[in-house]
Amino acid sequence: MISDITIGQYYSGNSVLHRMDARMKLILTFASIVAIFLCKNFFSLGLMVIFTVAATLLSCVPAKMVIKSLKPIIVILIFTAVLNIFYTTGGDTYFKWKFIEITEEGVNTAIFMAIRIVSLVVLSSLLTYTTTPTLLTDALERILSPLKVFKIKVHTLAMMMTLALRFIPTLIEEINRIMNAQKARGADLETGGIVARAKALIPIFIPLMISSFRRAYELAFAMTCRGYTGGEGRTRMKQMKLRVSDFIACAVVCALVGGIIALNIYFEAVI
Amino acid sequence: MISGMIMDEKIIEFNNVTFMYDAEDEETGVVSAPAVKGITLAINRGEFMAVLGRNGSGKSTLAKLCNAIYEPYEGDVIVEGMNTREEENGDKIRRKVGMVFQNPDNQIVATIVEDDVAFGPENLGIEPKEIRRRVDEALKSVNMYEHRLRQPHNLSGGQKQRVAIAGVLAMQTDCIVLDEPTAMLDPVGRAEVLQTVKRLNKELGITVIMVTHFMDEAVEADRVVVMSSGEVVMDGTPQQVFSDIEKVRAYGLDVPQSTALCAALSIKENVLNAQQCVDVIDRICGGVK
Repeated sequence: MISDITIGQYYSGNSVLHRMDARMKLILTFASIVAIFLCKNFFSLGLMVIFTVAATLLSCVPAKMVIKSLKPIIVILIFTAVLNIFYTTGGDTYFKWKFIEITEEGVNTAIFMAIRIVSLVVLSSLLTYTTTPTLLTDALERILSPLKVFKIKVHTLAMMMTLALRFIPTLIEEINRIMNAQKARGADLETGGIVARAKALIPIFIPLMISSFRRAYELAFAMTCRGYTGGEGRTRMKQMKLRVSDFIACAVVCALVGGIIALNIYFEAVI
Repeated sequence: MISGMIMDEKIIEFNNVTFMYDAEDEETGVVSAPAVKGITLAINRGEFMAVLGRNGSGKSTLAKLCNAIYEPYEGDVIVEGMNTREEENGDKIRRKVGMVFQNPDNQIVATIVEDDVAFGPENLGIEPKEIRRRVDEALKSVNMYEHRLRQPHNLSGGQKQRVAIAGVLAMQTDCIVLDEPTAMLDPVGRAEVLQTVKRLNKELGITVIMVTHFMDEAVEADRVVVMSSGEVVMDGTPQQVFSDIEKVRAYGLDVPQSTALCAALSIKENVLNAQQCVDVIDRICGGVK
């Protein structure tokens, strides 16, 4: 149960995407997400879909896992699709009954939005599937390091993110333990109205807060003992180096964006 | 037995050290009871020292005084010639004396085992290649190398604690202080950690100070120090300390079960572990036969 939790959702493997430089991956993922929203017709969107599918295949992450990442957004997906079908009007009318009207544009928009959301989620989960959280925060720290000029403590932020990720499973375990302890003392967590239930959570959260502070204190101790003094003068075991494959990937994404813009100009816009 | 082999060079020295958590209450002016008082103690290089004592005896405080986390209220703690009082020595001392805490969850920093072991050397600003080498070596010496890519929360308590030990080893400190490292572990985990610590002490010559309240662990050490109300009340080899059963019990501690059994049977010999106990009883019964 608890031991099933993976921090982030890293899927260990050795594919082209796994070996790619984390910084490049982060930037390119961001760029391709922007590209999704550049698409104006089904041709450019089709190109985007081809790119997404190709990236998924390259990552060697099983299709089952990728589909699993879509599970939490199914509700949003259906909701937006339904809204778009009924609220967007224009073009030919396919179906009309009293005030309900389904039009060509409505259907188009619905499909378009659905594909957009799916590719958005797939692309961003590919990033987390193929990159360990440590590498990801590391990459973020390096990408944002120019912000040091503005006195932003990039290293501290990255360290906070790493620690937050690290403690998610520990705290989940702790919550379960506290809940069981309170249940054993007769706490009723399941029945009652919303107010009663919210109140029932107080005896869970107060011990959780207290123990978190204690943990933080001990962790700070342990970090001091291990010579941590902040970002100054630190080195890294895992070096990041841009390789030829990273530049090829960059070129591919540039071509993608170029292709999308060209297709947008060449064909009529749908959305 | 081993004590004869130990070099006489002192790695940590306590000179009349007193420490209290809240030195003085501002309103009442009452000085709180010291957690540790008037301790004079020298730890030799290469020694395996166990610190025993009931709860609140000051044994954890003693551990934290060793690497400049706490500064003595009175007296001095000298680590390899450096006084822990001086601010600028703090980092240098922590490069010499590493520390492992009781709760393995609260000292693991990274989400992957090898990244966590690398945390210490990274802080010291060591070359990436050298860090890699040290991390691999440290993980191998605690038998966790094959788990290097796993996530810490999926490990058992004993494994986590060994990762924590590897984290200290990768910093290549001369001394490791373990503050009740086995208190939260099951018997299997406890045995794993104790074996690891013993091996590091014997094979790599690392000085070990282990705070514990398990008598069976203390027996494995070269030297046992018993604390009570902030003072060192007994100091000697396990044989010496546990031979005075009455005194040990008076300080709220127990003697190892084998020792207690032999004492109850009025066996005069000094018995510390199950094997010795079996041997002695076997010999006596053999004589009866």
